[in-house]
Amino acid sequence: MLKNRIIPCLDVKDGRVVKGINFVDLIDAGDPVEQASVYNKNGADEICFLDITASSDKRDILLDTVKKTAECCFVPLTVGGGVRSIQDIRKLLLAGADKVSINTAAIKNPELIKESSNKFGSQCIVVAIDAKKTAENKWTVFTHGGREATELDALEFAKLAEKNGAGEILLTSMDRDGTKNGYDIELTKKISRSLNIPVIASGGVGNLQHLKDGILDGGASAVLAASIFHFGEYSIQEAKEYLKKENVPVRL
Amino acid sequence: MKIAIIDYESGNLKSVSKAVELASNNILNKSDVKIINLANELKNFDKIVLPGQGSFKQCYQSLLSIEGMIDELTSAVLVKQKPILGICVGMQLFSSFGEEDGGSKGFDWIKGKVNKINLTDKNLKLPHMGWNNISINQKSKLFSGIENESHFYFVHSFAFDVENDQFISATTNYSTEIVSAIEKDNIFGTQFHPEKSQANGIKILENFIKL
Repeated sequence: MLKNRIIPCLDVKDGRVVKGINFVDLIDAGDPVEQASVYNKNGADEICFLDITASSDKRDILLDTVKKTAECCFVPLTVGGGVRSIQDIRKLLLAGADKVSINTAAIKNPELIKESSNKFGSQCIVVAIDAKKTAENKWTVFTHGGREATELDALEFAKLAEKNGAGEILLTSMDRDGTKNGYDIELTKKISRSLNIPVIASGGVGNLQHLKDGILDGGASAVLAASIFHFGEYSIQEAKEYLKKENVPVRL
Repeated sequence: MKIAIIDYESGNLKSVSKAVELASNNILNKSDVKIINLANELKNFDKIVLPGQGSFKQCYQSLLSIEGMIDELTSAVLVKQKPILGICVGMQLFSSFGEEDGGSKGFDWIKGKVNKINLTDKNLKLPHMGWNNISINQKSKLFSGIENESHFYFVHSFAFDVENDQFISATTNYSTEIVSAIEKDNIFGTQFHPEKSQANGIKILENFIKL
């Protein structure tokens, strides 16, 4: 039986792991290489590395840091931040990424999803959607690490990403990110029910029950969390033992 | 022991080479692993790893675009009997035919077709992505020392429907029974990604190096 995945996320700025609230007010949370190494040992099902200011700083991702992080990862590593072209993706794969997450560039140019999934395979292309609730039952897509609003409806864009060949959707609620109030279950449910590809729930985890809710109520195939793992509140192992007890299929 | 990893610009090449190097260091205390993209280099190596991500057709076409590569691979594997490990689409290419993306022939080393996974449970997603447990044929060399029902990392939407059951070394369940590994003489393949399956995956690569 396929297991639900627990994914610790390293939000990296200037080569350091940081954690913010609603995408700003960043606090230092350590060295990405050390963090990745610990997560790899402790049973993370995947690791996600996001260079969160690459797009807003208009620069390329920190390839060297990605390389060092990948060295100690023998689980799938998703890397994102400032990915704009096929060449960027190939560079990241050669640096040791297994999947590449595209956000701003995919929204500016949805054809990039098509081209890159044709070239590298759908399994390699994660489309990251940062969504904010803007009306009852409506969520809007933001870009540039949550700094710029678009006209796009989150569900419509997720469907387009799937149609263009995305292998999965990394869905972050900007309203919940860093609040520790739990995932936006309504948003997660709405998107995951409408798509055939897996959805990773992200944004807002404060305790282990939130992980369970994201999977059982939100319908997410995988759950992503940052601060509860970075600051040692819970280990990946504890999270998995809890989920198993709650009848969520996990790999222990 | 010199191991070649074939680069045809597909997928997570670096991850594969890194894992093979680790496995080689673990058992031989050294590693001689090289990523190659020229057909005439193949003769210098004892073993071959063929990674693969993307569509079957695109992978076949990319290999075809490297002059002489498919012929050299076939000669190395079928005539010189060099051990080869195909990973994911790399394994699927050993089949007769893949239906993905309009269809393409494969190497036809192991009879059978690669078809889209038929999901009867509509709650399940495609790709089949994540960790799944596998049921192992105990006679398999590749799985020596690996516990039955161990977990491995999968990501694929198409699966190899192998004609002759005796070449299937492991299966997994995802709505239907999926071939997760094959073994025929010197030809080995895994649908899952050993390079991303932590200790169990490294163990498989070690077993391949020990052959």
